[in-house]
Amino acid sequence: MEERPFSDISYEQYLNEERLMGSRCKKCGALFVPPRSICVSCYSSDMEWVEVKGEARLAAFTCISVGPPFMIAEGYDRKHPYCSGVVELEEGARVDARIEGVDANKPEDIKVGMPLKVKFLHRGEGDSLKTYLAFLPM
Amino acid sequence: MQKKRKLGRGVAVVGAGMSKFAMFKDKDSKDLFGEAFREMIASVDKGFDPGEIDALYLGNFTNDFFVHQGHWGPIISDLIGLAPKPATRTEGACASSALAFREGVFAIASGFYDIVLAAGVEDMSKRTTEEVAEGLALATVPYEGRVGFTFPGVFGALATAYFAKYGATREDLMNITIKSHSNAPLNPKAQFPFSIRDMMNAKIESAKKKGKPVPYWEDEKSFLRDTAANPVVAWPMHLYDCCPISDGAACMLLVGEEIAKNFTDDPLYVIGIGQGSGRGLHACDDLTYFEATRHAAKEAYGMSGLKPEDIQFSEVHDCFSIAELIHIEDLGFFKPGEGHKAVAEGLTRRDGPMPINTSGGLKCKGHPVGATGVGQLFEVWKQLRGEAGERQVPKKDLRIGAAHNLGGTGGTCTLTILERR
Repeated sequence: MEERPFSDISYEQYLNEERLMGSRCKKCGALFVPPRSICVSCYSSDMEWVEVKGEARLAAFTCISVGPPFMIAEGYDRKHPYCSGVVELEEGARVDARIEGVDANKPEDIKVGMPLKVKFLHRGEGDSLKTYLAFLPM
Repeated sequence: MQKKRKLGRGVAVVGAGMSKFAMFKDKDSKDLFGEAFREMIASVDKGFDPGEIDALYLGNFTNDFFVHQGHWGPIISDLIGLAPKPATRTEGACASSALAFREGVFAIASGFYDIVLAAGVEDMSKRTTEEVAEGLALATVPYEGRVGFTFPGVFGALATAYFAKYGATREDLMNITIKSHSNAPLNPKAQFPFSIRDMMNAKIESAKKKGKPVPYWEDEKSFLRDTAANPVVAWPMHLYDCCPISDGAACMLLVGEEIAKNFTDDPLYVIGIGQGSGRGLHACDDLTYFEATRHAAKEAYGMSGLKPEDIQFSEVHDCFSIAELIHIEDLGFFKPGEGHKAVAEGLTRRDGPMPINTSGGLKCKGHPVGATGVGQLFEVWKQLRGEAGERQVPKKDLRIGAAHNLGGTGGTCTLTILERR
Protein backbone atom coordinates (compact mmCIF):
# COMPACT_ATOMS: atom_id res chain seq x y z
CA MET A 1 0.00 0.00 0.00
CA GLU A 2 1.37 3.39 -0.95
CA GLU A 3 1.29 5.90 1.90
CA ARG A 4 2.40 9.05 0.10
CA PRO A 5 0.07 12.08 0.03
CA PHE A 6 -1.67 12.76 -3.27
CA SER A 7 0.43 15.84 -4.01
CA ASP A 8 2.65 17.40 -6.65
CA ILE A 9 5.66 16.68 -4.41
CA SER A 10 4.82 12.96 -4.40
CA TYR A 11 4.29 13.05 -8.17
CA GLU A 12 7.79 14.51 -8.62
CA GLN A 13 9.31 11.96 -6.22
CA TYR A 14 7.78 9.13 -8.24
CA LEU A 15 9.18 10.64 -11.45
CA ASN A 16 12.63 10.56 -9.82
CA GLU A 17 11.98 6.83 -9.27
CA GLU A 18 10.94 6.41 -12.94
CA ARG A 19 7.30 5.80 -12.15
CA LEU A 20 4.48 7.81 -13.73
CA MET A 21 1.79 7.85 -11.05
CA GLY A 22 -1.68 9.27 -10.74
CA SER A 23 -4.59 9.06 -8.33
CA ARG A 24 -7.87 7.23 -8.84
CA CYS A 25 -11.06 8.12 -7.01
CA LYS A 26 -12.24 5.04 -5.14
CA LYS A 27 -15.81 6.32 -5.22
CA CYS A 28 -16.32 7.17 -8.90
CA GLY A 29 -13.22 5.74 -10.58
CA ALA A 30 -12.00 8.99 -12.16
CA LEU A 31 -8.25 8.96 -12.93
CA PHE A 32 -5.99 11.99 -12.44
CA VAL A 33 -2.41 12.38 -13.65
CA PRO A 34 -0.79 14.33 -12.01
CA PRO A 35 -2.66 13.19 -8.90
CA ARG A 36 -5.44 15.16 -7.25
CA SER A 37 -6.34 14.78 -3.58
CA ILE A 38 -9.93 15.90 -4.18
CA CYS A 39 -11.94 14.25 -6.95
CA VAL A 40 -13.25 17.00 -9.26
CA SER A 41 -15.93 14.64 -10.57
CA CYS A 42 -17.60 13.59 -7.30
CA TYR A 43 -15.73 15.63 -4.62
CA SER A 44 -14.62 12.53 -2.70
CA SER A 45 -11.20 12.55 -1.02
CA ASP A 46 -10.96 8.77 -1.00
CA MET A 47 -8.09 8.21 -3.45
CA GLU A 48 -5.67 5.44 -4.37
CA TRP A 49 -2.37 5.55 -6.25
CA VAL A 50 -2.27 4.11 -9.76
CA GLU A 51 0.78 3.56 -11.92
CA VAL A 52 0.14 4.17 -15.62
CA LYS A 53 1.89 2.24 -18.39
CA GLY A 54 3.45 5.24 -20.08
CA GLU A 55 2.00 4.60 -23.52
CA ALA A 56 0.38 7.61 -25.10
CA ARG A 57 -0.55 9.60 -28.18
CA LEU A 58 0.48 13.15 -28.96
CA ALA A 59 -2.49 15.51 -28.44
CA ALA A 60 -0.76 18.85 -29.13
CA PHE A 61 2.80 20.16 -29.39
CA THR A 62 5.00 23.15 -30.04
CA CYS A 63 8.65 23.57 -31.04
CA ILE A 64 10.06 26.35 -28.91
CA SER A 65 12.89 28.55 -30.17
CA VAL A 66 12.82 31.08 -27.32
CA GLY A 67 12.79 29.12 -24.07
CA PRO A 68 13.02 29.85 -20.35
CA PRO A 69 16.42 30.09 -18.59
CA PHE A 70 16.52 26.41 -17.50
CA MET A 71 16.03 25.19 -21.07
CA ILE A 72 18.63 27.63 -22.41
CA ALA A 73 21.01 26.19 -19.79
CA GLU A 74 20.47 22.76 -21.39
CA GLY A 75 21.71 24.20 -24.70
CA TYR A 76 18.43 25.03 -26.44
CA ASP A 77 18.19 28.22 -28.49
CA ARG A 78 16.87 29.60 -31.80
CA LYS A 79 19.04 27.19 -33.78
CA HIS A 80 18.31 24.29 -31.43
CA PRO A 81 14.62 24.40 -30.54
CA TYR A 82 12.95 21.83 -28.30
CA CYS A 83 9.55 20.23 -28.37
CA SER A 84 6.96 20.36 -25.56
CA GLY A 85 3.57 18.75 -25.79
CA VAL A 86 0.40 17.46 -24.24
CA VAL A 87 0.06 13.69 -24.45
CA GLU A 88 -2.99 11.52 -23.96
CA LEU A 89 -2.16 8.41 -21.95
CA GLU A 90 -3.62 5.09 -22.94
CA GLU A 91 -5.54 5.15 -19.64
CA GLY A 92 -7.26 8.37 -20.77
CA ALA A 93 -5.66 11.11 -18.66
CA ARG A 94 -3.49 13.79 -20.26
CA VAL A 95 -0.13 15.14 -19.09
CA ASP A 96 2.24 17.92 -20.13
CA ALA A 97 5.63 16.54 -21.18
CA ARG A 98 8.77 17.18 -23.12
CA ILE A 99 8.83 15.37 -26.46
CA GLU A 100 12.23 13.82 -27.15
CA GLY A 101 13.54 11.94 -30.17
CA VAL A 102 11.93 14.29 -32.68
CA ASP A 103 13.57 17.01 -34.80
CA ALA A 104 12.17 20.28 -33.46
CA ASN A 105 13.62 22.01 -36.51
CA LYS A 106 11.19 20.00 -38.64
CA PRO A 107 7.85 20.50 -36.89
CA GLU A 108 6.00 19.51 -40.07
CA ASP A 109 7.22 15.94 -39.46
CA ILE A 110 5.79 15.77 -35.93
CA LYS A 111 2.19 14.60 -36.03
CA VAL A 112 -0.67 15.04 -33.60
CA GLY A 113 -1.87 11.50 -32.89
CA MET A 114 1.56 9.84 -33.17
CA PRO A 115 2.16 7.01 -30.63
CA LEU A 116 4.63 7.71 -27.83
CA LYS A 117 6.21 5.98 -24.86
CA VAL A 118 7.44 7.48 -21.60
CA LYS A 119 11.05 8.43 -20.87
CA PHE A 120 12.35 9.88 -17.61
CA LEU A 121 14.94 12.63 -18.09
CA HIS A 122 17.16 13.00 -15.03
CA ARG A 123 19.01 16.29 -14.57
CA GLY A 124 21.35 17.22 -11.70
CA GLU A 125 22.36 15.03 -8.77
CA GLY A 126 21.66 14.47 -5.08
CA ASP A 127 19.33 17.07 -3.57
CA SER A 128 19.22 18.97 -6.86
CA LEU A 129 18.10 15.91 -8.85
CA LYS A 130 15.15 16.76 -11.05
CA THR A 131 13.33 14.41 -13.33
CA TYR A 132 11.44 15.75 -16.32
CA LEU A 133 8.63 13.77 -17.79
CA ALA A 134 9.30 13.12 -21.46
CA PHE A 135 7.85 10.97 -24.23
CA LEU A 136 9.54 9.42 -27.26
CA PRO A 137 8.02 8.23 -30.54
CA MET A 138 7.31 4.47 -30.39
CA MET B 1 -30.77 24.76 -14.07
CA GLN B 2 -28.62 27.84 -13.74
CA LYS B 3 -30.22 30.85 -12.10
CA LYS B 4 -30.67 33.89 -14.35
CA ARG B 5 -27.99 36.39 -13.40
CA LYS B 6 -28.94 40.02 -12.95
CA LEU B 7 -27.58 43.14 -11.28
CA GLY B 8 -29.36 44.44 -8.18
CA ARG B 9 -29.11 47.93 -9.68
CA GLY B 10 -28.29 49.01 -13.23
CA VAL B 11 -24.77 50.30 -13.93
CA ALA B 12 -23.67 52.75 -16.63
CA VAL B 13 -20.32 53.84 -18.07
CA VAL B 14 -20.14 57.63 -18.32
CA GLY B 15 -16.45 58.29 -18.99
CA ALA B 16 -13.37 56.51 -20.32
CA GLY B 17 -9.71 57.20 -20.93
CA MET B 18 -6.67 55.29 -22.15
CA SER B 19 -3.00 56.17 -22.43
CA LYS B 20 -1.08 55.44 -25.60
CA PHE B 21 0.24 51.86 -25.48
CA ALA B 22 3.94 51.42 -26.29
CA MET B 23 7.31 50.66 -24.69
CA PHE B 24 8.18 53.84 -22.81
CA LYS B 25 11.69 54.34 -21.45
CA ASP B 26 10.70 57.61 -19.78
CA LYS B 27 7.20 56.91 -18.44
CA ASP B 28 6.13 54.74 -15.51
CA SER B 29 2.80 53.43 -14.23
CA LYS B 30 1.89 56.73 -12.57
CA ASP B 31 2.65 58.78 -15.68
CA LEU B 32 0.58 56.48 -17.87
CA PHE B 33 -2.27 56.33 -15.39
CA GLY B 34 -2.30 60.11 -15.23
CA GLU B 35 -2.72 60.23 -19.02
CA ALA B 36 -5.66 57.85 -18.94
CA PHE B 37 -7.26 59.62 -15.97
CA ARG B 38 -7.07 63.08 -17.55
CA GLU B 39 -8.66 61.76 -20.74
CA MET B 40 -11.41 60.08 -18.71
CA ILE B 41 -12.26 63.35 -16.93
CA ALA B 42 -12.39 65.21 -20.25
CA SER B 43 -14.65 62.51 -21.70
CA VAL B 44 -17.47 63.09 -19.18
CA ASP B 45 -19.82 65.19 -21.32
CA LYS B 46 -21.39 67.23 -18.54
CA GLY B 47 -18.24 67.37 -16.42
CA PHE B 48 -17.87 66.04 -12.89
CA ASP B 49 -15.85 66.50 -9.74
CA PRO B 50 -13.30 63.66 -9.38
CA GLY B 51 -13.64 64.17 -5.63
CA GLU B 52 -17.02 62.42 -5.94
CA ILE B 53 -15.45 59.06 -6.88
CA ASP B 54 -16.30 56.61 -4.09
CA ALA B 55 -13.71 53.91 -4.76
CA LEU B 56 -11.05 52.61 -7.16
CA TYR B 57 -10.78 49.06 -8.50
CA LEU B 58 -7.41 48.60 -10.19
CA GLY B 59 -6.26 45.66 -12.29
CA ASN B 60 -2.55 44.94 -12.25
CA PHE B 61 -0.94 41.58 -12.95
CA THR B 62 2.65 41.73 -11.87
CA ASN B 63 4.26 45.13 -11.57
CA ASP B 64 5.66 43.46 -8.43
CA PHE B 65 7.92 41.49 -10.74
CA PHE B 66 8.30 43.95 -13.62
CA VAL B 67 9.25 47.04 -11.57
CA HIS B 68 9.76 45.54 -8.08
CA GLN B 69 6.87 47.41 -6.58
CA GLY B 70 3.62 45.90 -5.34
CA HIS B 71 0.48 47.26 -3.66
CA TRP B 72 -0.58 49.51 -6.56
CA GLY B 73 -4.09 50.33 -5.30
CA PRO B 74 -3.06 53.06 -2.85
CA ILE B 75 -0.25 54.35 -5.09
CA ILE B 76 -2.79 55.11 -7.81
CA SER B 77 -5.50 56.35 -5.40
CA ASP B 78 -2.95 58.82 -4.00
CA LEU B 79 -1.91 59.86 -7.53
CA ILE B 80 -5.46 60.87 -8.45
CA GLY B 81 -6.38 62.43 -5.11
CA LEU B 82 -8.76 59.64 -4.14
CA ALA B 83 -7.07 58.66 -0.86
CA PRO B 84 -8.29 58.03 1.86
CA LYS B 85 -11.17 56.42 -0.06
CA PRO B 86 -10.74 52.70 -0.78
CA ALA B 87 -8.57 51.24 -3.52
CA THR B 88 -8.66 47.53 -4.33
CA ARG B 89 -6.26 45.75 -6.65
CA THR B 90 -7.53 42.79 -8.66
CA GLU B 91 -5.32 40.12 -10.21
CA GLY B 92 -6.37 37.70 -12.92
CA ALA B 93 -3.15 37.65 -14.98
CA CYS B 94 -3.86 39.30 -18.35
CA ALA B 95 -7.55 39.63 -17.39
CA SER B 96 -6.79 41.67 -14.26
CA SER B 97 -8.62 44.84 -15.25
CA ALA B 98 -11.69 43.05 -16.61
CA LEU B 99 -11.96 41.78 -13.03
CA ALA B 100 -11.55 45.35 -11.72
CA PHE B 101 -14.39 46.44 -14.02
CA ARG B 102 -16.54 43.57 -12.79
CA GLU B 103 -15.88 44.32 -9.13
CA GLY B 104 -16.67 47.98 -9.77
CA VAL B 105 -19.97 46.99 -11.38
CA PHE B 106 -20.84 44.79 -8.41
CA ALA B 107 -19.95 47.54 -5.92
CA ILE B 108 -22.45 49.88 -7.59
CA ALA B 109 -25.05 47.18 -8.27
CA SER B 110 -25.05 46.31 -4.56
CA GLY B 111 -26.01 49.88 -3.75
CA PHE B 112 -22.94 50.44 -1.59
CA TYR B 113 -21.24 52.95 -3.94
CA ASP B 114 -22.59 55.29 -6.61
CA ILE B 115 -19.46 56.36 -8.52
CA VAL B 116 -16.54 54.02 -9.06
CA LEU B 117 -13.34 54.16 -11.14
CA ALA B 118 -12.52 50.81 -12.81
CA ALA B 119 -9.00 50.78 -14.15
CA GLY B 120 -5.86 48.89 -15.07
CA VAL B 121 -2.16 49.58 -15.41
CA GLU B 122 1.01 47.67 -16.31
CA ASP B 123 4.64 48.71 -16.81
CA MET B 124 6.48 45.86 -18.54
CA SER B 125 9.19 47.29 -20.76
CA LYS B 126 11.83 48.16 -18.16
CA ARG B 127 13.03 44.52 -18.11
CA THR B 128 14.67 42.34 -20.76
CA THR B 129 12.50 40.21 -23.05
CA GLU B 130 13.63 37.07 -21.21
CA GLU B 131 12.68 38.60 -17.86
CA VAL B 132 9.28 39.67 -19.16
CA ALA B 133 8.70 36.14 -20.46
CA GLU B 134 9.65 34.79 -17.04
CA GLY B 135 7.27 37.25 -15.34
CA LEU B 136 4.36 36.36 -17.62
CA ALA B 137 5.06 32.66 -17.16
CA LEU B 138 4.09 33.13 -13.51
CA ALA B 139 0.55 32.77 -14.86
CA THR B 140 1.01 29.37 -16.53
CA VAL B 141 -0.03 26.20 -14.74
CA PRO B 142 3.02 24.77 -12.92
CA TYR B 143 3.01 21.47 -14.88
CA GLU B 144 3.28 23.46 -18.12
CA GLY B 145 6.26 25.61 -17.15
CA ARG B 146 8.14 22.59 -15.82
CA VAL B 147 8.28 20.84 -19.21
CA GLY B 148 9.45 24.00 -20.99
CA PHE B 149 6.16 25.56 -22.12
CA THR B 150 6.30 29.32 -22.60
CA PHE B 151 3.20 31.41 -23.34
CA PRO B 152 3.77 31.35 -27.10
CA GLY B 153 4.43 27.62 -26.64
CA VAL B 154 1.08 26.99 -24.97
CA PHE B 155 -0.76 28.79 -27.77
CA GLY B 156 1.43 27.05 -30.35
CA ALA B 157 0.24 23.73 -28.92
CA LEU B 158 -3.39 24.86 -29.09
CA ALA B 159 -2.80 25.73 -32.75
CA THR B 160 -1.52 22.22 -33.55
CA ALA B 161 -4.60 20.74 -31.87
CA TYR B 162 -6.87 23.09 -33.86
CA PHE B 163 -5.04 22.35 -37.12
CA ALA B 164 -5.32 18.59 -36.51
CA LYS B 165 -9.02 18.72 -35.67
CA TYR B 166 -10.26 21.22 -38.26
CA GLY B 167 -7.70 21.10 -41.08
CA ALA B 168 -6.69 24.76 -40.73
CA THR B 169 -3.10 25.86 -41.42
CA ARG B 170 -0.69 28.71 -40.71
CA GLU B 171 -2.14 30.48 -43.74
CA ASP B 172 -5.41 30.85 -41.82
CA LEU B 173 -3.60 32.46 -38.90
CA MET B 174 -1.90 34.87 -41.31
CA ASN B 175 -5.33 36.17 -42.30
CA ILE B 176 -5.87 37.22 -38.68
CA THR B 177 -2.51 38.97 -38.46
CA ILE B 178 -3.10 40.81 -41.75
CA LYS B 179 -6.59 41.88 -40.64
CA SER B 180 -5.37 43.21 -37.25
CA HIS B 181 -2.56 45.11 -38.95
CA SER B 182 -5.03 46.67 -41.40
CA ASN B 183 -7.06 48.15 -38.48
CA ALA B 184 -4.08 49.39 -36.46
CA PRO B 185 -3.00 52.36 -38.62
CA LEU B 186 -6.43 53.87 -37.91
CA ASN B 187 -5.84 53.78 -34.14
CA PRO B 188 -3.66 56.68 -32.92
CA LYS B 189 -3.05 54.89 -29.60
CA ALA B 190 -1.76 51.67 -31.15
CA GLN B 191 1.79 50.51 -30.44
CA PHE B 192 2.20 49.31 -34.05
CA PRO B 193 0.01 51.53 -36.22
CA PHE B 194 1.30 49.85 -39.36
CA SER B 195 -0.14 47.51 -41.97
CA ILE B 196 1.90 44.44 -42.96
CA ARG B 197 2.55 46.23 -46.27
CA ASP B 198 3.97 49.20 -44.26
CA MET B 199 6.29 46.79 -42.40
CA MET B 200 7.45 45.21 -45.67
CA ASN B 201 8.20 48.63 -47.19
CA ALA B 202 10.09 49.68 -44.05
CA LYS B 203 12.31 46.59 -44.28
CA ILE B 204 12.96 47.22 -47.97
CA GLU B 205 13.86 50.87 -47.31
CA SER B 206 16.12 49.90 -44.42
CA ALA B 207 17.98 47.34 -46.56
CA LYS B 208 18.44 49.92 -49.34
CA LYS B 209 19.80 52.49 -46.87
CA LYS B 210 22.27 50.02 -45.39
CA GLY B 211 23.36 48.81 -48.84
CA LYS B 212 22.21 45.26 -48.02
CA PRO B 213 20.44 42.92 -50.47
CA VAL B 214 16.91 44.23 -50.92
CA PRO B 215 14.31 41.59 -49.99
CA TYR B 216 11.38 40.85 -52.26
CA TRP B 217 8.02 39.46 -51.24
CA GLU B 218 5.16 38.90 -53.64
CA ASP B 219 2.50 39.74 -51.10
CA GLU B 220 1.78 39.94 -47.35
CA LYS B 221 1.59 36.18 -46.97
CA SER B 222 4.92 35.57 -48.67
CA PHE B 223 6.39 38.08 -46.19
CA LEU B 224 4.82 36.19 -43.28
CA ARG B 225 6.07 32.85 -44.68
CA ASP B 226 9.65 34.19 -44.80
CA THR B 227 11.32 33.05 -41.57
CA ALA B 228 14.02 35.72 -41.97
CA ALA B 229 11.32 38.39 -41.71
CA ASN B 230 8.98 36.43 -39.44
CA PRO B 231 11.05 34.01 -37.31
CA VAL B 232 9.65 31.12 -35.28
CA VAL B 233 9.03 31.84 -31.60
CA ALA B 234 7.21 28.63 -30.68
CA TRP B 235 6.12 26.78 -33.80
CA PRO B 236 3.61 27.31 -35.30
CA MET B 237 3.65 30.71 -33.55
CA HIS B 238 5.96 33.10 -35.37
CA LEU B 239 6.86 36.68 -34.41
CA TYR B 240 3.82 38.13 -36.21
CA ASP B 241 1.50 35.72 -34.39
CA CYS B 242 2.49 37.23 -31.03
CA CYS B 243 1.47 40.42 -29.21
CA PRO B 244 4.27 42.79 -28.12
CA ILE B 245 5.55 43.86 -24.70
CA SER B 246 3.76 47.08 -23.72
CA ASP B 247 3.25 49.74 -21.07
CA GLY B 248 -0.11 51.43 -20.60
CA ALA B 249 -3.12 52.34 -18.50
CA ALA B 250 -6.88 52.66 -18.97
CA CYS B 251 -9.82 53.67 -16.78
CA MET B 252 -13.60 53.99 -16.91
CA LEU B 253 -16.09 55.85 -14.76
CA LEU B 254 -19.00 53.68 -13.61
CA VAL B 255 -22.12 55.08 -11.97
CA GLY B 256 -25.57 53.92 -10.87
CA GLU B 257 -27.94 53.84 -13.83
CA GLU B 258 -30.39 56.31 -12.26
CA ILE B 259 -27.75 59.06 -11.97
CA ALA B 260 -26.03 58.42 -15.32
CA LYS B 261 -27.78 61.33 -17.07
CA ASN B 262 -26.20 63.74 -14.57
CA PHE B 263 -22.91 62.93 -16.30
CA THR B 264 -23.86 62.53 -19.96
CA ASP B 265 -26.89 62.27 -22.21
CA ASP B 266 -25.15 59.32 -23.90
CA PRO B 267 -24.15 56.74 -21.28
CA LEU B 268 -23.44 53.10 -22.08
CA TYR B 269 -25.16 50.43 -20.00
CA VAL B 270 -23.56 47.27 -18.64
CA ILE B 271 -26.04 44.65 -19.85
CA GLY B 272 -23.94 41.49 -19.69
CA ILE B 273 -21.02 40.55 -17.50
CA GLY B 274 -19.60 37.03 -17.31
CA GLN B 275 -16.53 35.34 -15.93
CA GLY B 276 -15.17 31.80 -15.93
CA SER B 277 -12.14 29.91 -14.67
CA GLY B 278 -10.19 27.17 -16.39
CA ARG B 279 -7.73 24.38 -15.74
CA GLY B 280 -4.35 23.68 -17.28
CA LEU B 281 -3.87 22.18 -20.72
CA HIS B 282 -3.43 18.68 -19.34
CA ALA B 283 -6.84 18.75 -17.65
CA CYS B 284 -8.71 19.64 -20.87
CA ASP B 285 -9.93 16.79 -23.05
CA ASP B 286 -10.05 19.07 -26.10
CA LEU B 287 -7.53 21.85 -26.74
CA THR B 288 -9.52 23.69 -29.39
CA TYR B 289 -11.63 25.77 -27.00
CA PHE B 290 -11.50 27.51 -23.61
CA GLU B 291 -13.99 26.21 -21.09
CA ALA B 292 -13.63 29.46 -19.08
CA THR B 293 -14.62 31.62 -22.08
CA ARG B 294 -17.65 29.47 -22.77
CA HIS B 295 -18.72 29.82 -19.14
CA ALA B 296 -18.16 33.59 -19.17
CA ALA B 297 -20.20 33.85 -22.37
CA LYS B 298 -23.03 31.80 -20.87
CA GLU B 299 -23.19 34.13 -17.88
CA ALA B 300 -23.04 37.30 -19.97
CA TYR B 301 -25.53 36.16 -22.62
CA GLY B 302 -27.82 34.78 -19.90
CA MET B 303 -27.82 38.07 -18.01
CA SER B 304 -28.41 40.19 -21.12
CA GLY B 305 -30.94 37.90 -22.75
CA LEU B 306 -28.90 38.26 -25.94
CA LYS B 307 -27.59 35.70 -28.39
CA PRO B 308 -24.14 35.82 -30.00
CA GLU B 309 -25.69 37.10 -33.23
CA ASP B 310 -26.98 40.18 -31.36
CA ILE B 311 -23.41 41.35 -30.68
CA GLN B 312 -22.53 43.84 -33.43
CA PHE B 313 -18.74 43.90 -32.92
CA SER B 314 -16.26 42.66 -30.35
CA GLU B 315 -12.79 43.04 -29.02
CA VAL B 316 -11.34 39.59 -28.20
CA HIS B 317 -8.12 38.63 -26.41
CA ASP B 318 -5.77 37.98 -29.35
CA CYS B 319 -2.55 37.58 -27.35
CA PHE B 320 -1.67 35.15 -30.17
CA SER B 321 -3.29 34.76 -33.60
CA ILE B 322 -4.70 31.31 -32.78
CA ALA B 323 -6.34 32.77 -29.67
CA GLU B 324 -8.54 35.08 -31.77
CA LEU B 325 -9.68 32.11 -33.82
CA ILE B 326 -10.61 30.11 -30.73
CA HIS B 327 -12.40 33.03 -29.03
CA ILE B 328 -14.66 33.94 -31.97
CA GLU B 329 -15.88 30.34 -31.87
CA ASP B 330 -16.17 30.10 -28.06
CA LEU B 331 -18.20 33.33 -27.98
CA GLY B 332 -20.59 31.83 -30.51
CA PHE B 333 -19.89 34.29 -33.33
CA PHE B 334 -18.95 31.33 -35.51
CA LYS B 335 -19.41 27.57 -35.10
CA PRO B 336 -16.52 25.47 -33.75
CA GLY B 337 -14.14 24.78 -36.62
CA GLU B 338 -15.72 27.47 -38.82
CA GLY B 339 -13.82 30.49 -37.46
CA HIS B 340 -10.86 30.19 -39.81
CA LYS B 341 -13.20 30.08 -42.82
CA ALA B 342 -15.05 33.16 -41.57
CA VAL B 343 -11.77 35.05 -41.21
CA ALA B 344 -10.64 33.96 -44.70
CA GLU B 345 -13.94 35.26 -46.12
CA GLY B 346 -13.33 38.66 -44.49
CA LEU B 347 -16.33 38.39 -42.15
CA THR B 348 -14.32 39.76 -39.19
CA ARG B 349 -12.96 42.78 -41.01
CA ARG B 350 -13.93 46.24 -39.82
CA ASP B 351 -16.38 46.56 -42.72
CA GLY B 352 -17.56 42.94 -42.45
CA PRO B 353 -20.68 41.61 -40.72
CA MET B 354 -18.83 40.78 -37.45
CA PRO B 355 -15.93 43.20 -36.90
CA ILE B 356 -13.33 41.76 -34.51
CA ASN B 357 -10.59 43.84 -32.88
CA THR B 358 -11.18 47.12 -34.69
CA SER B 359 -8.56 48.61 -32.35
CA GLY B 360 -5.87 46.48 -33.98
CA GLY B 361 -6.19 44.01 -31.12
CA LEU B 362 -3.52 43.12 -28.60
CA LYS B 363 -1.30 42.22 -31.57
CA CYS B 364 -1.04 45.81 -32.81
CA LYS B 365 -2.63 48.05 -30.19
CA GLY B 366 -0.33 46.53 -27.55
CA HIS B 367 -0.87 44.40 -24.45
CA PRO B 368 0.10 46.05 -21.14
CA VAL B 369 -1.40 43.02 -19.45
CA GLY B 370 -3.13 44.58 -16.42
CA ALA B 371 -4.55 47.44 -18.51
CA THR B 372 -5.82 45.32 -21.40
CA GLY B 373 -9.32 44.45 -20.11
CA VAL B 374 -10.39 48.07 -19.57
CA GLY B 375 -8.41 49.04 -22.70
CA GLN B 376 -10.65 46.70 -24.73
CA LEU B 377 -13.76 48.24 -23.17
CA PHE B 378 -12.35 51.68 -24.08
CA GLU B 379 -12.57 50.61 -27.75
CA VAL B 380 -16.17 49.46 -27.25
CA TRP B 381 -16.94 52.85 -25.64
CA LYS B 382 -15.40 54.72 -28.59
CA GLN B 383 -17.21 52.61 -31.20
CA LEU B 384 -20.64 52.69 -29.54
CA ARG B 385 -20.49 56.46 -29.07
CA GLY B 386 -19.45 56.95 -32.70
CA GLU B 387 -16.11 58.44 -31.64
CA ALA B 388 -13.76 55.92 -33.25
CA GLY B 389 -12.82 58.26 -36.09
CA GLU B 390 -11.37 56.56 -39.15
CA ARG B 391 -11.79 53.10 -37.68
CA GLN B 392 -15.47 53.59 -36.87
CA VAL B 393 -17.44 50.42 -37.65
CA PRO B 394 -19.50 51.35 -40.73
CA LYS B 395 -22.82 50.00 -39.43
CA LYS B 396 -26.00 52.00 -38.96
CA ASP B 397 -27.49 51.89 -35.48
CA LEU B 398 -24.45 50.56 -33.64
CA ARG B 399 -25.90 49.64 -30.27
CA ILE B 400 -24.26 46.54 -28.76
CA GLY B 401 -20.57 45.78 -28.42
CA ALA B 402 -18.57 43.30 -26.36
CA ALA B 403 -15.09 42.71 -24.99
CA HIS B 404 -13.55 39.34 -24.16
CA ASN B 405 -10.48 39.21 -21.91
CA LEU B 406 -8.34 36.14 -21.09
CA GLY B 407 -5.77 35.57 -18.37
CA GLY B 408 -3.08 32.91 -18.14
CA THR B 409 -3.54 29.83 -20.26
CA GLY B 410 -7.30 30.33 -20.13
CA GLY B 411 -7.41 30.32 -16.32
CA THR B 412 -9.50 33.51 -16.13
CA CYS B 413 -11.84 34.63 -18.92
CA THR B 414 -14.48 37.36 -19.06
CA LEU B 415 -17.10 38.65 -21.46
CA THR B 416 -18.57 42.13 -20.96
CA ILE B 417 -21.43 43.48 -23.09
CA LEU B 418 -22.19 47.21 -23.28
CA GLU B 419 -25.29 48.81 -24.79
CA ARG B 420 -26.04 52.29 -26.10
CA ARG B 421 -29.72 53.14 -25.71
